[in-house]
Amino acid sequence: MAPRIRRLGLPLLTASVLALATACGGGGGGAGGSTTESSAKPGEKIKLTVDLFGDFGFKPLYEEYKKTHPNIEIVENVTQFNDHHSNLVKRLATNAGAGDVAAVEVGYISTFTAQPNKFVDLKQYGLDKRQADYLDWKWQQGLSKDGTQVLGLGTDVGGLAMCYRKDLFKKAGLPDKRDEVSALWPTWEQYIETGKKFAAANVAGAKFVDSPGEIFRAMVNQAPVGLYDAQDNIIVASNPDVKKAWDLSNQLTADGLTAKLAAFSPPWNTGFAKGSFATIICPAWMTGFIQEQAKDSAGKWDIASVPGGSGNSGGSHLMVPKQSKHPKEAAELIDFLTSKENQAKVFKEEGTFPSIPALYDDPSIQNFTKPFFGDAPIGKIYSDAAKALKPQHLGPKEADVRTAIGNGLGRVEQGKQTPDEAWAQVLEDVKKIK
Amino acid sequence: MRHTLDMRVSPYAYVAPFFLLFCAFGLFPLVYTAWVSLHEWTLLSDTQEFVGLGNYSTLLADEYFWNATFNTLSIGVLSTVPQLALAIWLAHLLNRRLRFQTLFRISLLLPNVTSVVAVVVIFSQLFGRDFGLINWMLSWFGVGHIDWAAGTATSHVALSVMIMWRWTGYNALIFLAAMQAVPRELYEAATLDGASNLTQLRRITIPMIRPTIIFVVIVSTIGAMQIIAEPMLFGQSSGGGGGIATGGPDRQFQTLALFVYEQGFANSTFDFGYASAASWLMFVAVVVVAGINFLITRRVKGGLV
Repeated sequence: MAPRIRRLGLPLLTASVLALATACGGGGGGAGGSTTESSAKPGEKIKLTVDLFGDFGFKPLYEEYKKTHPNIEIVENVTQFNDHHSNLVKRLATNAGAGDVAAVEVGYISTFTAQPNKFVDLKQYGLDKRQADYLDWKWQQGLSKDGTQVLGLGTDVGGLAMCYRKDLFKKAGLPDKRDEVSALWPTWEQYIETGKKFAAANVAGAKFVDSPGEIFRAMVNQAPVGLYDAQDNIIVASNPDVKKAWDLSNQLTADGLTAKLAAFSPPWNTGFAKGSFATIICPAWMTGFIQEQAKDSAGKWDIASVPGGSGNSGGSHLMVPKQSKHPKEAAELIDFLTSKENQAKVFKEEGTFPSIPALYDDPSIQNFTKPFFGDAPIGKIYSDAAKALKPQHLGPKEADVRTAIGNGLGRVEQGKQTPDEAWAQVLEDVKKIK
Repeated sequence: MRHTLDMRVSPYAYVAPFFLLFCAFGLFPLVYTAWVSLHEWTLLSDTQEFVGLGNYSTLLADEYFWNATFNTLSIGVLSTVPQLALAIWLAHLLNRRLRFQTLFRISLLLPNVTSVVAVVVIFSQLFGRDFGLINWMLSWFGVGHIDWAAGTATSHVALSVMIMWRWTGYNALIFLAAMQAVPRELYEAATLDGASNLTQLRRITIPMIRPTIIFVVIVSTIGAMQIIAEPMLFGQSSGGGGGIATGGPDRQFQTLALFVYEQGFANSTFDFGYASAASWLMFVAVVVVAGINFLITRRVKGGLV
């Protein structure tokens, strides 16, 4: 037995050492594109990598793009939301591994525009011409801090609405037509009152709202100033609008209105299918998500206006990391993916709402309805929401601040702390964010 | 001449690849981490300021660090103790002539070859609050719905079950291998003397496999102190909320390794200095706990008296 093992052992070892060596050698090279040439020769095959954190509805667009650009091959990598953004930070810092095009969600955009030397200035490729197309604040978000470089082009904006389950509202004896439902809650206080009525009706297995986390985010986004002031100071402790949002969110918990399902977790997904909650805050991109998660509940969902006025939640930009081997081609691809026509197409497929105001009055958007949401005029709803949007300044560590506050809301929801104890700990946590 | 040189040098040449790899991927990171831990060092900053033991003193005053230490020890004890007892018992059961012996032995190892992601995702569903199988079964006995991920104790139990699921069979196989080396005659003699099955396990098997027990205890302790994948994935798939690496909103199941990950990689600060200091303290803790366990297990009487 033993000699046989020994004889086998050496080649195996050599093989694994070799494999390791090649793996190390290969690691540095293939970052971004497959070719190592810095500029593409005409007719050469070019591979562009597009890093996203969810389905952006780009796949049909890639096919279309390839028809006019036969030498371009597009590879899409989708990673989970948090991982995607922290991977991008790591890859920028280590100068390896980032894609040619990277999506950045609005919560992280200031983190990345603060590092203008890590991204390609899209002005070089003439994309500053697109400024006229965009909502002004969306355009500004993609600029470097001093406003001289164009680092990202917007995809969508997340104008707010409230999605609700018609059938559950009917069971609870509440109105279920969208105009009547919108009339129930001009303010968040009235939203909570409606929730209490819903809870009083004891609809089996259903709570009023999924969890306070996303509601909190929406309320803060509706305020003129959010978690940061214009000088990038965190003002969680001093901004009365944040405290008010905190109190109202905890009110939902105190009144037993939440299903205690954290957004984007598997039980939350199950909650959609089981009808565990009757309302959910609905930025435009959420409609695509609901449709995906709750396939069986077509026609049961509808969309009403959001309490408390308009606000933006979510939305993304596309950026080109400087390490891309094909910045020119990547910039051209971004130009294509964010074009007016294509934003309209993606909206109709995925629900992510365009950041190009010229589309808002376009009849094909204005009259667009979705059967899944009981033929709700989602084009009109989100156009109105987007037109009324007031931009809010977002700071570089938005994501960390949100995590700290989200944990606080979670502690109250899980009954671990009183709202005051949780708030004190949130402020401590926020203070530690450097 | 050539022959002796070959004899003298080649053993070193044969072991060299391991030591070279160990230096590159084991020793160097260890030393470099210590160096980083003495600095104010983040991934994004261009300069690193030397702060001496500053990170360590901040860390020792950081209640989240101590919370993670407590969670690690708690999950460690809850998972390792029953796991090893169960493993010895399973090995004892399999250490006799059985039909389909190989089948049983292989099936012991099956949980260990399943991916940890699959295990945690499935167990998170079993431990689900609203539609979990375990809560459903408990409801037969009138136990109300338990929010497993929310409670400190309950989340530790849930995580320990996942760890036990993966490692009990593996340890049982190691024990079994050791048990097979115990001479049969001892058991035959004991049986003739009228010793019961349990007495045989206690008086013959356990003392005879003592070195293996020490080995398994130490390896399991080290493993338990480094738990990260289970709590991280449990946090994401249990629906209880919380950041990706905080182990629940109240950090109720954030382990040390997860704490290190949170500081170094999950925060957008990417505080490498602080995370490195935490890694080093974690390393010290592992050595201390493994040492204590070694001393305790060594007291198990060896040989036959």
